[in-house]
Amino acid sequence: MSSVLDNLVNQPYKHGFVTDIESETAPRGLNEDIIRLISAKKSEPQWLLDFRLKAYEHWLTMPAPHWANVHHPKIDFQDIIYYSAPKPKKKQSMDEVDPELLRTFEKLGVPMNERAALAGVAVDVIFDSVSVATTYKQKLAEVGIIFCSISEAVRDHPELVRQYLGSVVPTGDNYYAALNSAVFTDGSFCFIPKGVKCPMELSTYFRINTQDSGQFERTLIIAEDDASVSYLEGCTAPKFDTNQLHAAVVELVALDRADIKYSTVQNWYAGDEKGVGGIYNFVTKRGLCKGVNSRISWTQVETGSAITWKYPSCILLGDHSVGEFYSVALTNHFQQADTGTKMVHIGRNTRSTVVSKGISAGHSSNSYRGLVKVGPRAAGARNFSQCDSMLVGAKCSANTFPYIDVQNSSAQVEHEATTSKIGEDQLFYFRQRGIGTEEAVSMIINGFCKEVFQQLPMEFAVEATKLLGLKLEGSVG
Amino acid sequence: MIVANAKVLLEVRNLRANVAGVEILKGMSLTVKAGEIHAIMGPNGSGKSTFAKVLAGHPAYEVTGGEVLFEGRNLLELEAEERARLGVFLGFQYPVEIPGVTNSAFLRLAYNTVQGARGKDELDPLEFDDLVREKMKGLEMDPAFLDRSVNEGFSGGEKKRNEILQMAMLEPLLSILDETDSGLDIDALRVVAGGVNRLQNPHSACVLVTHYQRLLNYIVPDYVHVMDDGRLIKTGGKSLALELEERGYDWVVNAATA
Repeated sequence: MSSVLDNLVNQPYKHGFVTDIESETAPRGLNEDIIRLISAKKSEPQWLLDFRLKAYEHWLTMPAPHWANVHHPKIDFQDIIYYSAPKPKKKQSMDEVDPELLRTFEKLGVPMNERAALAGVAVDVIFDSVSVATTYKQKLAEVGIIFCSISEAVRDHPELVRQYLGSVVPTGDNYYAALNSAVFTDGSFCFIPKGVKCPMELSTYFRINTQDSGQFERTLIIAEDDASVSYLEGCTAPKFDTNQLHAAVVELVALDRADIKYSTVQNWYAGDEKGVGGIYNFVTKRGLCKGVNSRISWTQVETGSAITWKYPSCILLGDHSVGEFYSVALTNHFQQADTGTKMVHIGRNTRSTVVSKGISAGHSSNSYRGLVKVGPRAAGARNFSQCDSMLVGAKCSANTFPYIDVQNSSAQVEHEATTSKIGEDQLFYFRQRGIGTEEAVSMIINGFCKEVFQQLPMEFAVEATKLLGLKLEGSVG
Repeated sequence: MIVANAKVLLEVRNLRANVAGVEILKGMSLTVKAGEIHAIMGPNGSGKSTFAKVLAGHPAYEVTGGEVLFEGRNLLELEAEERARLGVFLGFQYPVEIPGVTNSAFLRLAYNTVQGARGKDELDPLEFDDLVREKMKGLEMDPAFLDRSVNEGFSGGEKKRNEILQMAMLEPLLSILDETDSGLDIDALRVVAGGVNRLQNPHSACVLVTHYQRLLNYIVPDYVHVMDDGRLIKTGGKSLALELEERGYDWVVNAATA
């Protein structure tokens, strides 16, 4: 059987090309001078340099985390390039963007022109460390929405950035967040003012191009009272036989009755079928439901990266606030994923829902790790968690690590978990009814992931379905 | 029904097959013509279910000898899904559960795939819904089944009805029903048998694999075969099944090996 299973998983990575583009690159390694260089390159105010240096000092005192169920050689942080920007400098409009870059994004299928208008999506594009293009800025500005790179936000809206940066993920929060806080180079910034419902999907595409550069982007999204926004990020990287580090930080802040929906379709290069190369994706994502009746919803489809270490979380501070986490994590070959969420209930009558679907194929390892914490004040808090694992073939593994900490007796916490396997008999059943193996696998996987895909914006749900099909092609025997 | 000059649908000659290196079929031969109903009976472990799965192309079984012709074509060189599209249907003894895939989505994909392979038009979801609801009535199935995951949480009887529903939708030329009667109470047996009987026509045929003759009170076979140790050892009419019920299998087996 494994021959059908094996074949189905072995689809080549399509985004593995390198763009030949002139970059301005800092020397390898990390020290105070590099941080000062990054800050100077970006003409940052003193408070931001201080923020970085404080984070760096903290980072130096911290040990690398080792509790996750992932294994990799020690990362040499002095062998990484912390700043790499496409040259020449950033342009003002899309027409002036380096055509080579635009071709890159065309290859990736990222809509940066009129097609984006048709799709109703505003796009910010981060190439290596620097934001190269943000579309629809004007149109969004008309309703008061700020959507730009974080560098621009530092320049044009310093008071907002200063107020919220690090307010959800403090500089010393964890090892990789501290590193990010010290060296982040760009990312997206999004501010939805009071009462505004963002009229289109906002989207950021991240691309790592330089072989030894790390990517440390920083995303900050703020939705004021009664505001709402739906945001999507997509990620790809070229194929290299070395590992690249991606350590991003995403912070979301939702004020009273605000609603933020954050969707990710992550397709970083995962390494080859022997496990060589690929991205180390060590990301801190956290949302703060600060206001009453606010809601933050994370949806992620994780298919890439050699290693994924990521726990999009919600701090439910406001009374009656709602946190949601919907995840599909697919691992194949020698990929490792340790992903899940944290739902921290602080306010009264806060509610959270966790739906996690892990699919493991090949020799991969796929772990769900989740914390549900109910604080002493969180009367009436409710959580429902469902963690389902599916195994494709016999050499992969799936693990579930749920942590539950309840300090209020009126709270209700439910956890359900299942494990299933795509087996020969299931596939034979489909085939005996005339349905070919690949269609059968795709139907089983889609059925398995349905609750999560339903949460994605329509066109991305289609993309995600296709992506999973491609990733598993040839893997079912 | 035995039809004069009916064409041969299935021709199995001296078929041998292994599973996990152990030979289970040891020279199985059977000829089935259009319109006929055959019952294959035999003690546990005689190879009945293996025979059914080998005909359908289950990948766990390795064919080591003999041949199988379906309407004159070599069935053994075709993949399981190709056999299904030609009209070979296997009603499973233990239908698998497929969580997350609704019965209606599964049935519609199967139906449209098979229709497409036969050069017929596919049905859109609404047309399909009409057709499937009509077929369900005959099997006394609740339409709510359509929205449930395939076989998930179904009782034994519900699973078997679902198999017959699939058979009714796919309109196979050759239906092989593997222990369709097992796990059925008398009411379910009546409904399932009624469904099978309604599907009989002069162009198609049915092979019933069963341990007990109970099913044959409802679906009357033209031929009853006794299988033992991987091949047929005796063939008779309906009366043979009754005799087997009364006397057991030993006398046939002993007579064959004597």
